[in-house]
Amino acid sequence: MSTVFQRPKLLKDVDFHYCPGCGHGIINRLLMEVIEEMGLQEDAICVAPAGCGMLLYNYFEIDVIESAHGRGAAVATGIKRVRPQNAVFSYQGDGDLAAIGTAEGLHAANRGENITVIFVNNGVYGMTGGQMAPTTLLDQVTTTTPTGRDADLAGHPVRICEVFSELDGTAYLERVAVNKPAAVVKAKKAIRKAFRCQLDGRGFSLVEILSPCPVNWKMGTVEACRWIDDAMLVYFPLGVFKDAGAAGAPAADEEVEA
Amino acid sequence: MKQLMSGNVALGEAAVLSGCTHYFGYPITPQNEITEYMARRLPAAGGVFIQSESEIAAINMVLGAAAAGARAMTSSSGPGMSLKQEGISYLVADELPGVIVNVVRGGPGMGSIAGAQSDYFQATRGGGHGDYRTVVLAPASVQELTEIVPLAFELADRYRNPVIILADGILGQMMEPVDFDGLVRPADVDKPWVLTGARGRPPQSIYSLIFDTKLQEEKNWKLQRKFRLIEQNEVRYETHLVDDADMVVVAYGIGARIAKGAIKRLRDEGKKVGLLRPITLWPFPAPALQELVKATSDFFVFEMSAGQMVEDVRLALEGRGRIHFYGRPGGVAPMPVELYRIIARHYAQAQAAGGRGRR
Repeated sequence: MSTVFQRPKLLKDVDFHYCPGCGHGIINRLLMEVIEEMGLQEDAICVAPAGCGMLLYNYFEIDVIESAHGRGAAVATGIKRVRPQNAVFSYQGDGDLAAIGTAEGLHAANRGENITVIFVNNGVYGMTGGQMAPTTLLDQVTTTTPTGRDADLAGHPVRICEVFSELDGTAYLERVAVNKPAAVVKAKKAIRKAFRCQLDGRGFSLVEILSPCPVNWKMGTVEACRWIDDAMLVYFPLGVFKDAGAAGAPAADEEVEA
Repeated sequence: MKQLMSGNVALGEAAVLSGCTHYFGYPITPQNEITEYMARRLPAAGGVFIQSESEIAAINMVLGAAAAGARAMTSSSGPGMSLKQEGISYLVADELPGVIVNVVRGGPGMGSIAGAQSDYFQATRGGGHGDYRTVVLAPASVQELTEIVPLAFELADRYRNPVIILADGILGQMMEPVDFDGLVRPADVDKPWVLTGARGRPPQSIYSLIFDTKLQEEKNWKLQRKFRLIEQNEVRYETHLVDDADMVVVAYGIGARIAKGAIKRLRDEGKKVGLLRPITLWPFPAPALQELVKATSDFFVFEMSAGQMVEDVRLALEGRGRIHFYGRPGGVAPMPVELYRIIARHYAQAQAAGGRGRR
């Protein structure tokens, strides 16, 4: 009997603290799979955020540093500028990157810092209990938008990939989702491409991952996965927003690594 | 060989000679010459200069660079220092070294761009959130920067704690002859905690979050034990004409330079006035004051603020002696002759009151 699926060696054999149906666990696994498959376990340095992803050092068998809320891209910049040979990535939520840390993220992107940002967009502040995020959809009910997000009061959802794609420093930007098996496979490919981009020294790479948060969305897990397709994708279309400076066809990279 | 240099430029050069390889900063007056000097000097010396998008980004880049093992520095002034406090708190909590220069200007708010000493509380009381201290070094001359800057990097590495150099706009801008012949680059220390990637060792991490309050308390006690050790070992100060003094002026940094001018006039008139100049503002030289109060009744605190260091003098003297105070906030620097007149008046009053304060 052959093994078709197993826990990546770099993912510690411990229970996640994530809520049932949360997408972080999938994303954590994908990251460790990619790092393992690309042979980066001795080179990777992860910058963990404030928010639901803050305990990554409990799960990842690689070096991890905690960042203050929103400062992940600045911390990653400091590390990468000392150790350009390492694969440095920050893991950031939507409040982290699209609100309190927009300046740090945008300017790291604009400098073309040769780092990778894994941007988890679940449209809500998870750890603090479901408040409005910069990515919360219009009319979406959260604990701080009790009657739904009103554009007049709270503005519009921030599309990070689209905004960052206007910056000449960015090399690779893709939005994916982890709400169904086919999407998860694509998400893994995007993460791999982002790390390949960094290894090739092409500059700033970011993968935005639409991720379910059923507890704070007050939905069942299946319903939450459907809601990504039905509601989030309308405002946050999936796809590659930037693939600059790639040598040859971008698809060739993943085949080499696979 | 002596060169004529501004304090800001000398500070940058001293940092490079001290082994600083990474500098991150955001322009703000009156410290721009540090940032500009590092922009040209550091890349030529094989280091990295980044003009950050904010002081918040700069201090977090310092944090990342420190975690990766580099000697890293940032510099700023008043409003920018307020922004750096978040990162300084994390540096302490993560036990990471780093040197932060504050070329102090008048505050609060936008304040003035003139030299001031109004950030004493912010520097010596922690400044950010949580129960912590940073080492605070107060240079008083351009030449002294060649001792203070390597000391800052040395202490930061030794204690794994951020060190603040509390300069001021006058020191930053004024030019004085300086030579770097005596500057000794602090030896590299072993940093097994550095994040390099898990090559040839198990993975390791750097973080400050500890949900368990008992463990968080123990981590805090560990930090506090380190702070006590620093208090025991790292107090530095200068005394000037204190042996026969009836009155000791306590002043630091550029304030001490002004005070020295005033004391010269007072001594010319036979008034027995000396100077205690704290070089470390934290740890504060309380033991020196406790020794001086055995023979001296009167202490005259002068600072370019409305009264901040004077609180540390009161705490150190614990009710002994008489404390006189003169402060000028907002970026005003009195002339030595002005300070001389004020000290002379207090000196006369103290003499008239007799040696009641003497123990």
